[in-house]
Amino acid sequence: MNKKPQLQDRFLTLLVYGSVISVSWVLFLVLFDICVTGGGSLNLEFLFSEPTSAGRTGGIAPILMSTLFILLITMMVSLPLGLGSAILLSEFSSEEKLFGRLVRRSLDVLAGVPSICFGLFGNAFFCKRLGLGFSILSGGLTLACMVLPILIRSTEEGFRSVPKEYRLSAAALGLSRISTLWHLLLPAAIPGFLVGFVLGVGRALAETAALIFTSGYVDRFPRSLMDSGRALSIHIYDLSMNISGGDENAYRSAFVLVVLLLVINFSASWVSERWLKRKIVLS
Amino acid sequence: MIEKDFNTQAFESRSQCCDPQTQIETRDLTLSYKGKPAFKNINLTINRGCITAVVGPSGCGKTSFLNCLNRLSDLMPHCEVSGEVLFDSKNIHEKKYDVGLLRRRVGMIFQKPNPFPLSIKKNLLFPLKEHGVRDPKEAEAIMEQVLMHVGLWNEVKDRLDAAALSLSGGQQQRLCIARALALKPEVLLMDEPCSALDPISGSKVEGLITQLQGAYTIVIVTHNLAQAKRIANFAALFWFQEEAGVLVEQGTALQIFDSSKNEITRAYIQGVRG
Repeated sequence: MNKKPQLQDRFLTLLVYGSVISVSWVLFLVLFDICVTGGGSLNLEFLFSEPTSAGRTGGIAPILMSTLFILLITMMVSLPLGLGSAILLSEFSSEEKLFGRLVRRSLDVLAGVPSICFGLFGNAFFCKRLGLGFSILSGGLTLACMVLPILIRSTEEGFRSVPKEYRLSAAALGLSRISTLWHLLLPAAIPGFLVGFVLGVGRALAETAALIFTSGYVDRFPRSLMDSGRALSIHIYDLSMNISGGDENAYRSAFVLVVLLLVINFSASWVSERWLKRKIVLS
Repeated sequence: MIEKDFNTQAFESRSQCCDPQTQIETRDLTLSYKGKPAFKNINLTINRGCITAVVGPSGCGKTSFLNCLNRLSDLMPHCEVSGEVLFDSKNIHEKKYDVGLLRRRVGMIFQKPNPFPLSIKKNLLFPLKEHGVRDPKEAEAIMEQVLMHVGLWNEVKDRLDAAALSLSGGQQQRLCIARALALKPEVLLMDEPCSALDPISGSKVEGLITQLQGAYTIVIVTHNLAQAKRIANFAALFWFQEEAGVLVEQGTALQIFDSSKNEITRAYIQGVRG
């Protein structure tokens, strides 16, 4: 063979590897920085004590608690709604119908809307119109609105990736749509649902803009869901931007946030894998 | 055990249906996709307990025709059906007809074996449970019975909890037949059930089909004329006319394959056209 294609091949290989390395290098650098600076000085007391001196000293116990509550509300609202909408879109509305096309297009637009807009909407609707005030509930509901588009679309993709033959053979056996959905389609669509869940949790945990306007940034223990509470990402933002001398604790909090995200992601895939194994036997 | 599945006498004994009774009758059945007819004005009679082979070139609406007999056509987008399908003298395309019950009475086997991604056992028990067999003992008895019937019991009895998808293609197809039989259907629709299998598995499935003759009414779509000739009691030939499938001729297998008067049929059987 002549030399030219070989040269092109090499150049392309170099280009591909180069882009992968340059992208992962940044990620690696960020993680390395957070782990060394934040993880090195972390102790249990930091996790279990209250912040003092505006967070410069002390721990993040109430902030962790608020974060988990906000996340819990977000997921409790968005998971059933997301699953239901995905089922409607994939199983009960054909791809060509106007209704389905309209909903899908709106979801895609919503998924790209900046989070600050969701924050303003949450503030106007949940805090003021519904009278929930600056509260963990408002924050959780706002995040649910923000997470839903991604969750619905990826779950829908999960349902669509289930081979059509399953639906046909189930129908040919006279099985109802509900039991086909529950026993065959749902277990097979779980991987897509999981992708949506992980992306959703990631987006919710990382969110600051939408929460500043809705759940507020009071750093004491929340007494109820109607109480204001500070999320971890807001805490990090506040420590690094507004409070001089807060950098050390900001790093520690960032490390906790990263670990929390990893723990949630891994346990989600562990649970779903076990469930999948029980429900479905692939090979 | 396995040898038993090969039924070499099928050819000699094929004209058993000497007193045929009509079970399914189509009247002016027409199906169109997006307004374009796939087949037109099919008037076909299917006899109880007999094997009826539907043959013809690709794309002339044989599979679509089969889908009309258990109303799977309802699930096809942009599909419109007109005319009547009389099953025991009742039109199944009437709106109030119980489709769930119809599909239990009319089982279907697809070209590609399509067991559910569940265990072998669950593949059989899950549809049974859905159709009201709640007693596990009764359901397992039916399971054993149908697996024996399709000659699969000895091959899988020690690994009923294994994945159905781990079986070979031929075994999967026999499992699908067992799954359909478990619901005690009266009619079995088969859409080229052997064409996706290797020759040995295919002949096992074919042997099984001949064993089912008499107990079930079977409508089989096939491209394999030799197979149709071996197993069928009756045959129907579909052909193109003005870009839509039409029924050219129907009759006993002997009439169609050996002594047809129709020019198209003769040419197709002899491999001159098609």
